Amino acid sequence: MRDEARKDPGQGPAPAIDLPERRRRAAGGMGWIHRRWVRAGLVLMGLIAAILLLPALLRVQPDQLSDNQWASPSWDHWLGTDANGRDLLARVCDGARVSLVVGLAGSLVSLVIGVSWGAVAGYVGGRWDGVMMRVVDVLYSMPSILFIIVLVTAVQGPVVGFLESVAGRRGAEAAPVLFLVVGLGGVSWLTMARIVRGQVLSLRQRPFMEATRALGAGHARLILRHLLPNTMGVILVYLTLTIPAIVLGESFLSFLGLGVQPPQASLGSLLADGASQINPVRTSWTALAGPGGALVTLLMVLGFLGDGLRDALDPRQRKSGHSEG
Amino acid sequence: MIRHCILRMMAMIPLLGLISLLAFGLVRMAPGGPFDQNRAPVSPEIERALRDRYHLDDSFAAQYLRFLKGCLVGDLGPSLKYRNHTVVEILAAGIPVSAVLGGLSFVFALGVGIPLGFLAAVGRRAWGDWLAGTLSLLAVCVPSFVAGPLLVLVFGVRLGWFPVALWGGVDHLVLPVITLGTYFAGRVARLVREGMTETLRQEFVRTARAKGVGEMSVLLRHAFPLASIPLLTYAGPLLADLLTGSFVVENLFQLPGIGTMTVNGALNRDYPLIVGLVLLYATLLLVLNFLVDLVHAWLDPRVRHA
Repeated sequence: MRDEARKDPGQGPAPAIDLPERRRRAAGGMGWIHRRWVRAGLVLMGLIAAILLLPALLRVQPDQLSDNQWASPSWDHWLGTDANGRDLLARVCDGARVSLVVGLAGSLVSLVIGVSWGAVAGYVGGRWDGVMMRVVDVLYSMPSILFIIVLVTAVQGPVVGFLESVAGRRGAEAAPVLFLVVGLGGVSWLTMARIVRGQVLSLRQRPFMEATRALGAGHARLILRHLLPNTMGVILVYLTLTIPAIVLGESFLSFLGLGVQPPQASLGSLLADGASQINPVRTSWTALAGPGGALVTLLMVLGFLGDGLRDALDPRQRKSGHSEG
Repeated sequence: MIRHCILRMMAMIPLLGLISLLAFGLVRMAPGGPFDQNRAPVSPEIERALRDRYHLDDSFAAQYLRFLKGCLVGDLGPSLKYRNHTVVEILAAGIPVSAVLGGLSFVFALGVGIPLGFLAAVGRRAWGDWLAGTLSLLAVCVPSFVAGPLLVLVFGVRLGWFPVALWGGVDHLVLPVITLGTYFAGRVARLVREGMTETLRQEFVRTARAKGVGEMSVLLRHAFPLASIPLLTYAGPLLADLLTGSFVVENLFQLPGIGTMTVNGALNRDYPLIVGLVLLYATLLLVLNFLVDLVHAWLDPRVRHA
């Protein structure tokens, strides 16, 4: 396929024909592909370091109140201050940290559900496979955000009460984050399940599976030790692609006031704060641009990392992944 | 074909039943009733009468059956927050607003996305790629709740070209539609570009050119219909996304649509309203997906016989 791609540019019958980006990338040689995700990964590490270290270096605290409200950016407060005189840069770093933690933990939840669902469906096969994949199809056609909203509405009260009785005030404060992690992870596993099932279905037919079964390996051992390790690359790629989706979902819900609750901040709730302060008299640009810029940068870097990893680790999905859209 | 349609429609009924059972059950699981002492302090006799009136002391199964019966005659119960209105009345007030917003955004997404994707595919590689790349990046990375407030700030407050919020004349629609539609325009442009580049590489395009068909005709009459099939597949999820996307946009611009109602219903813990909205969204999406499948089967004979 790669040879074909190399010949294609010269062969094209008309200049109007444009090659898909991925083909040209493949034609350019492997080094570039590798560099792409490596670079995205490096930028991401830099971002995380900045999120963790910047407030400490600048000696600003996210929840230190002051009388200095809506200050313009200055050397003391790089992004100015918010309605309660808190340093906005520290708040943005704090919010980005919460968003990232929710993104990581949520994608781990989706990893566990998706991989087990897909692996079991593909391994068992037959009628059960059909039933399990029909469930995935049906869930695909639902607006998943609505599920989370219903979940938050109906179940939050008792869970907050339970956590408060177990872990005190800290438990009650952690509840919204927990809800976001479980809720968003619980609706984001569908693609992962489909991909893992496809992989397991094709691996199941291979001779090495037959051989392992002949040696007397049980079902659990076959799945855990032989099938899943062979799908690791794909799983890693989709894990990486799930993180930005969950970060986006978290910001979305927090923006609407259904996610992270004050005094905790996330990028979404900071944006909501900024948006609520738009007025003709005086508007703080940085209250919107700060968290907005952080979110856009974060999503972009995570997206690049996922796409780059997909190109590097999962060449087959490059072709079919897009057309499935 | 007709049998297939009927089967598909029959399959929707148990699915809707399941969704309603889930929503109803989840909401009944939540603590507190609408006539608890701290919510609406009334004397015990009145409370008993009210609970009796709304059958709150019946078993879960009986309540659910009564709810289902109500659904069949178009009665979803009273709203807890807006005491004088039924859920159906509230939904009926919100649906036109959301439909206009969603419909216009759909038109915007296709109207901007298709030409852009088309140009990106057939135009010269350098700027075509740049355009499609920038748009798809924009689509993925600038969510509506970042773009919306910035648009309001620039065009609403600073320049004063458009009203910043509320529902009224046509000018009230400009910013919400752009906010909601831009993301999807990017997605559509990307799909059209990929579809066109794939299609233009196929043999029948070469044949058409060899026959002497004009370039415009090759692009529009031969390549584009085939290239637009992925777009059609995306139309179902697109409409779903337009519906959920409107949560943010309606909330941001304070439009009285069902997106705002969903968020307010969740914030106010207005359970019957939430159940009604879940059912509404689920029905809408199932029907839309069904229609998309029908059109798909009609366009592509291979699907019809699968």
